Amino acid sequence: MSEEHHDHSKHYIKIYWWLLGLFIVSCLGPEIGIKWVTLVTAFGIAGVKAYLVIAYFMHLKGEKAFVNYFLIASVGLMFLFYFAVAPDVHNHEGRNWENVAAKASVERGFETAKREEAEYKKSHGDHGDHGDHGESHGEEGAGH
Amino acid sequence: MAFPRPIATTREGTGIPTGKLAVWWLLASEVVIFGGILASYLMHRLAHPEWAEWGYANQTNIWFGAVNTFVLLTSSLFAVLAHNKAEMGDGKGAAKFLWLTIAGAVAFLCIKSAEWTTEISHGFTITKNGFWNFYYVAAGVHASHVIGGGIAMAIVAMDAAKGKDLQRVECVGIYWHFVDIVWIFLFPLLYIAK
Repeated sequence: MSEEHHDHSKHYIKIYWWLLGLFIVSCLGPEIGIKWVTLVTAFGIAGVKAYLVIAYFMHLKGEKAFVNYFLIASVGLMFLFYFAVAPDVHNHEGRNWENVAAKASVERGFETAKREEAEYKKSHGDHGDHGDHGESHGEEGAGH
Repeated sequence: MAFPRPIATTREGTGIPTGKLAVWWLLASEVVIFGGILASYLMHRLAHPEWAEWGYANQTNIWFGAVNTFVLLTSSLFAVLAHNKAEMGDGKGAAKFLWLTIAGAVAFLCIKSAEWTTEISHGFTITKNGFWNFYYVAAGVHASHVIGGGIAMAIVAMDAAKGKDLQRVECVGIYWHFVDIVWIFLFPLLYIAK
């Protein structure tokens, strides 16, 4: 270990306060109820937080360039996977094909959701307030 | 029988201590693992509009996720402060911060257990639907990394307290920050974007 190393704890604590500030913004953003604000505050800020952790806590900024290269390559593989497979998953039909199971799954999902929500409102009074962890009575629920 | 002491953590054939380089390679493979899970989740989320309805993503509790995000960010601070102490040659100080990081890992797992117990008791099990399937797989794989990181940090902390192998504090810290980064992306995906 280097004997000349200085104490950088204040610098790290400063980054931590930034991370906490961004975290609070990412929690409050969705409360506004505007879709694009939710997306920016949730995912945009997640990217900034990840950058701060990678650059300052993991010290990737001061690391050898080739480390950056193979990490970027692995992230690139993730995007390659996404863009190669997503067209098949996003679309449920094409020129010469139809994903019958996926279409049925979407229809079944809407029906089940509607039925379970109605049952929940019936058993809890129709306040229109779902809350978290509303009780499920669906036939798909393996816990029942 | 005495075993020869491994030198991989101190040797530098590439300009980076080999142990640290191994951690970076490990993380590159982890990016592919978690990247695959998150990319699969994202493409299915976009392909299934019913996941925004009752009984799917809108049933996750943002408070559990938020508190766990706070816990992991704080534990990441402790991990980098442990590295800072190790760089200064203060093994006891490094060990102290590593144990605080482990406390964060334990707190995370306790909160996660309470969250899962609540969800399962309400019928939101892994077989409920596609969303919950992804939810338990992504959070479960992440939680297994939290457990692994906690065990690794405990081993390093015990040696660091004796002033031994302080270079390993940085290695285990880098791994822990990666676990934190994965959660930074899981939190908006599973708890905010409903």
